[in-house]
Amino acid sequence: MLLESMSSQSFEVDSLAETEAFGRRLGALLFPGAVIGLIGPLGAGKTHLVRAIAEGLGIENAAQVTSPTFVLIQEYDARMPIYHFDAYRLRTEREFAELGVHEYFEGNGVSLIEWADNVTGCMPREHLQITIAITGAESRRFEIGGRGSRYRDLLDRMR
Amino acid sequence: MNFLAIETSCDETAVAVFTDELKILANVVASQTDLHSRFGGVVPEIAARAHLQRLLPTLEEALRQAKLSLRDIGCIAVLNTPGLVGALLVVVSAAKMLALALDVPLIAANHIEAHIYAARLGAGRDIFPCVGLVVSGGHTSLFHCRTALRFDLLGATTDDAAGEAFDKVASILGLGFPGGPAVERDAQAGNSRAYAFPRSFLHQDRLDFSFSGLKTAVLYAVHGVGVAHGPPPPPGQQRADLAASFQEAVVDVLVGKSRQALQRTGIKRLAVGGGVAANRHLRQALENMVKQENAELFIPPLSLCTDNAAMAAVAIEKRRHGEWASLDLDAIPTYR
Repeated sequence: MLLESMSSQSFEVDSLAETEAFGRRLGALLFPGAVIGLIGPLGAGKTHLVRAIAEGLGIENAAQVTSPTFVLIQEYDARMPIYHFDAYRLRTEREFAELGVHEYFEGNGVSLIEWADNVTGCMPREHLQITIAITGAESRRFEIGGRGSRYRDLLDRMR
Repeated sequence: MNFLAIETSCDETAVAVFTDELKILANVVASQTDLHSRFGGVVPEIAARAHLQRLLPTLEEALRQAKLSLRDIGCIAVLNTPGLVGALLVVVSAAKMLALALDVPLIAANHIEAHIYAARLGAGRDIFPCVGLVVSGGHTSLFHCRTALRFDLLGATTDDAAGEAFDKVASILGLGFPGGPAVERDAQAGNSRAYAFPRSFLHQDRLDFSFSGLKTAVLYAVHGVGVAHGPPPPPGQQRADLAASFQEAVVDVLVGKSRQALQRTGIKRLAVGGGVAANRHLRQALENMVKQENAELFIPPLSLCTDNAAMAAVAIEKRRHGEWASLDLDAIPTYR
């Protein structure tokens, strides 16, 4: 079996405004069925980035994008449905699977999963992974890895 | 007439029995404290199965405490929105089955509106119209409550809920779970002015909240600006100061926005619900504020602040208005 390599890219931003622009640009490129895992420590700005991605996906009222830590899943209407997950409180991958995540992943919406590193085993083989590193008060580094041709194409277009 | 109410909108499985004269006969919440301490963190019982397994024992316990049997129940009440969809599906199905099997009417109510009605229960008298503040792990919202059933949203959190901020800051500070009591305990010995943490939107007209920047500010205060990792601060003065300064920032914003809501609506009553209302510093600060505003404060006892089914007594108001639910009632995860 051929092991498919993961293509990756790194983006540096210096301000909240640049993070938002980055998220909107990414959101505009997403396709039905896209799955994105977000990884980064508390305070990295995962929810903030999701809100910007939702804007790129044409959400009407971005204020409805809030932290799903407590409710675990939130859904928003945009150009295509957005499913916003949060695995912060989860202790086992089974708990995440029991939310019915695989049905969401196979649907026609975009799935965004905060704390995806808590549920690695539940992530589909092909997905986009964004690791956020805090590099300053508002500056961040986004390491984006994609597996599968659709995500490789997306990364090419992000360049 | 006796009401049987069920609520499983998120982690808890709760059943209550009350009369149409607002007498609570039983208020049972399946406790997860044991699980929490065993795993050292939140264990969300997200699986519909967990609620299913606990629902019947909880229901039986509520009936036992009320000294009633199912035959004595004249109405089923259920909180069908908002919450976690899997959990809501269980509770809505169970409520429909009970109503059908017992051949009694079904009433559906809103979890957030029920949190405010808990203050009505605690007060033992009418509190409407009032300003309602719901502050918990999942919600931070201000309402103009025109009646027990007519709420206008004045503002809500744009990112993290206040209770969530307490939990996450407790994690940053290396304090235990649950975060609210842990931060409050550590803050007692701390100087609340040691750190100047942000108070988002406090001096703006909007009645929304934001606690995400505050969380990041605490992170930077612990590890240095732009640094995310490192050991949590050891127990001692610095950690207590961080906890106290964080708590003060949350309380300042909750109290400040509640004051603005009272002034904007011209209403002299503030009702507070949700688990964060258990915070003694918040209670004291709210009491001081309403005194200055010549207003009244209604905070129910703790057992009615946190998620419970007795607060579904708001169904009594719905019954008065003939607002029955049909047997095709849906679970609605998002607040509308």
